[in-house]
Amino acid sequence: MAVLSSARSNADPVELEIPARAEFVALARLVVSSLASARRQIPDDRIDDLKLAVSEACTSAIEAHGAGEVQERVLLRWSEGDDRLEVSVEDSGSGLDPAQLPDHPPVTDPQRLNFERGLGIPLMRSLVDEVDFTPSSRGTQVSLVMYCAPAGDDLEV
Amino acid sequence: MADARLAPTEGPLAKHREGCFNMDLSLDVAERNDYTVLAVHGEVDVYTAPRLRERLVELVSQGKHQIVVDLEGVDFLDSTGLGVLVGGLKRLRSHDGDLTLVCTQPRILKVFEITGLTKVFAIHESVEAATAG
Repeated sequence: MAVLSSARSNADPVELEIPARAEFVALARLVVSSLASARRQIPDDRIDDLKLAVSEACTSAIEAHGAGEVQERVLLRWSEGDDRLEVSVEDSGSGLDPAQLPDHPPVTDPQRLNFERGLGIPLMRSLVDEVDFTPSSRGTQVSLVMYCAPAGDDLEV
Repeated sequence: MADARLAPTEGPLAKHREGCFNMDLSLDVAERNDYTVLAVHGEVDVYTAPRLRERLVELVSQGKHQIVVDLEGVDFLDSTGLGVLVGGLKRLRSHDGDLTLVCTQPRILKVFEITGLTKVFAIHESVEAATAG
């Protein structure tokens, strides 16, 4: 099942490792949105944005593993700075180059309906302030950065 | 919200409690005027979206070609869910039908706005408006 490494203070990162399976994406959403609302003063709509971006990154990570590799794991890492928080999602799949993804036709083009996939990355880019895809030793790491007000001293997990 | 006057063509689906995170998705079908209303409750993501896709495919194969998907009970919708709706619309258009949406929740509408899909789907404020005329 999931392994949650907790942190002693707000400065310490938190890691969550989940099996690379679709049913665990809800857990990742739950943990990240709980951390965001407990540790930072972020408006609810921004927490929703982060939650969706993390969900998209996890979905992408799980799909990178393909259907047969159910033993694989996805590693989420939460870290914070004074004015930012970062969630990275790392898979051990075969890698993803966003530049290789086909462009969607304009929404007014009837051909647009032929594209059911590929909305995840544009969503991530709109929802958080920075999105980076980097190759890692295991696979691909997606980093999602959101700028936000400094953590208050009175906030405890 | 669900309209109490709707006559369900089948009983509400038992809520699924699969896995350990209460990933509930319920799909309730009702007929209203000449439309089939599919009311979705819960979270639509990579795990639950296949059930929504199956239900839509099933309705189309039953000859239901004017489908209204009511998203007012949806707490979370990601790109997988959007993909299923786009796929449903494509399938219906090929039968000269249509798939329209009911959605007033800002956080769900935002997902359609970001992806430009507000220009692809007719989005109504209520089931009444979506099934009028």
